[in-house]
Amino acid sequence: MIAIGNIVKSYDGVAVVDRVDLTVAAHSVCAIVGTSGSGKTTLLRMINRLVEPDQGSIHIDGEDIRAVPAHVLRRRIGYAIQGHGLFPHWNVAQNIGAVPHLLNWNAREIAARVDELLTLFQLDPSQFRTRMPHELSGGQQQRIGVARALAAKPNILLMDEPFGALDPVIRAKAQEDLHKIQQRFGTTIVLVTHDMEEAIRLGDRIAVMDKGKIVQCAAPADIIAHPANSFVQELIGAGDRAFRLLSLFAVGDHVEPGEANGAPIDVTASLRDAYSELLWSARNAAPVQRDGRIIGRITREALTRLAVGPQ
Amino acid sequence: MSLAQDIPPAEHSAWRALDRLGMLIVLLALAGLALPFAALRANRIVSGEGIGLVDALPGPPGGLVLALILAGMAIALLRIPPLFKLIAGMVLLVALFVAVGTAATRLTPLDNTYARVAPASGFWLLLLAFALMVTDALTRLRFSPWARLGLLLVAALVLAGLLRSGHLDDLSILKEYASRAPAFWQEVRAHLLLAFGSVAIAALAGIPLGVLCYKTPSLRAALLNSLNIIQTIPSIALFGLLIAPLAWLAANVPGAHAIGISGIGTAPAMVALFAYSLLPIVSNCVVGLLGVSPPAVDAARGMGMTSWQRLFNVELPLAFPVILTGIRIVLVQNIGLATIAALIGGGGLGVFVFQGIGQTAMDLVLLGAVPTIALAFAAAVVLDALVDLASGKERPA
Repeated sequence: MIAIGNIVKSYDGVAVVDRVDLTVAAHSVCAIVGTSGSGKTTLLRMINRLVEPDQGSIHIDGEDIRAVPAHVLRRRIGYAIQGHGLFPHWNVAQNIGAVPHLLNWNAREIAARVDELLTLFQLDPSQFRTRMPHELSGGQQQRIGVARALAAKPNILLMDEPFGALDPVIRAKAQEDLHKIQQRFGTTIVLVTHDMEEAIRLGDRIAVMDKGKIVQCAAPADIIAHPANSFVQELIGAGDRAFRLLSLFAVGDHVEPGEANGAPIDVTASLRDAYSELLWSARNAAPVQRDGRIIGRITREALTRLAVGPQ
Repeated sequence: MSLAQDIPPAEHSAWRALDRLGMLIVLLALAGLALPFAALRANRIVSGEGIGLVDALPGPPGGLVLALILAGMAIALLRIPPLFKLIAGMVLLVALFVAVGTAATRLTPLDNTYARVAPASGFWLLLLAFALMVTDALTRLRFSPWARLGLLLVAALVLAGLLRSGHLDDLSILKEYASRAPAFWQEVRAHLLLAFGSVAIAALAGIPLGVLCYKTPSLRAALLNSLNIIQTIPSIALFGLLIAPLAWLAANVPGAHAIGISGIGTAPAMVALFAYSLLPIVSNCVVGLLGVSPPAVDAARGMGMTSWQRLFNVELPLAFPVILTGIRIVLVQNIGLATIAALIGGGGLGVFVFQGIGQTAMDLVLLGAVPTIALAFAAAVVLDALVDLASGKERPA
């Protein structure tokens, strides 16, 4: 658990982060959203002491982060940034093994961990181990960047716009991968992004920052349904909030018994995708499949009901 | 690329079909042919009589050299693949050396040890013309660093072979060499010690200073500006300025004289060359470190490297090609500057240059100057190749 208490950071007398309190539960994903200059990156960088606060304190699992030297603290916390920050003169294995190397793991353990992570990110170890960063595509570089952050099995992962430089298709895939990895290892993730869509997709809770303050911190559904002020409203985009609400849930939660015609929809698809498919194919219902077997159907009527905001 | 493809359509004027640089090369070579090829003098200090190529080499040898030169001019003019131009240029350079050596042997009167035959202006212009063709072809061919080093080695071996064969022994410059061979090699060693030693010391001092400037921005401007001022002092003045303080040191600090410090000689020369080397090394070090990609530095910090680990694992390795470029600049600069050390008794190839000027014996000046130029050229080629290797340019982009 990360507990941020009454933290302040000023540059030239201007508070960039202004008396912020934030608690991130263990094994959850907290997305910090805001426009540029809102102080979200500064807040993130105070968690691994890349920035030292002027006031307030941060505790990780009850221990003040100032209790250990900054570089020791940072080796326990994964850190992934936009533009991946890979070392251009090191190959993939050396990059991924950087933190284990700092922690004096032996060479065999490091090599095993590198192969394990490459496999996890669907990159063939024998092929990618010795590649240099400039020989990788943007999406591959970004995956290696996240793999490097996870190398020493940290409990906490800090991510600063990790997918910001990727094109939409690769970004969606990277978000999905990150979601799976988080589910599998239970890593606590603090993710900074300016993209509300990304925050909704990945965050268990979303903290919206504006001018150094957290204006709202809540579950995605609450943020969409009850934006605290016009700024949050604007970030969500009033125009498609019904669709954002639908995008939070999977088809699997709303399957009803019955039959339907046409192409089936997968049980893991979001309600938003299902609704779009029904509109597009002019159907009132579609069959739902799990592992290739039809388990029921999803109806347009149910979807319409689920998209209704609080009245 | 075929010749036919390279000839532009008929509506273009014939000029366009010709190589621009080739025209300059042809003009230089024509001037070279018009001017005397070799000069015969009664002794080493009087001025001599110029002799044209055909007179210096009558009969078939002269005709062959003339034909080669004309063919070389034609190749320079045509737009043909640079590899052909490179080979043709190198053949011509070797031919020119062989021709001037042969001419010297032929022109030197028998049993006359005072007469001197030197290459004259025509030879130098022809050499310049075809050296231009070679370097232009090399630039266009963009060889890999290893190929460039190999080519330098081949050139050095060919030159060494020519010199060892004795074919050039009748040239004036080699007669000067023959009469002072031991001194020559001693001064070469002194020259190399001055040039490489000063650069080595400057690198040892300059890189830590560069790191310091990088880490402390407040120091950066002050230090770089004071080094800049040293750089603006004319070299002879700096050599002279150091005589007084070093002489004082030698006289007043116990043990200073014993380790070789004195007002004149190697010590002030070394100090002056060191001072000139410092600015390029320090500033390139700072520029290189500042140019390291910010995300890489941020990632290194964020993953828990200490500042020393960051410096040695990330910042210095990534700045290395730029630092090496700085070392290349000062090494080539110091090989040239070290000639001036002879003025204050520091030794080096400058000894022959200044002796030659004193005696108005141009051949002796050349004995000092030509090896200096060759050394500087070789150092530049080697270090350029190393810089490319260090920055990973040997890999296809």
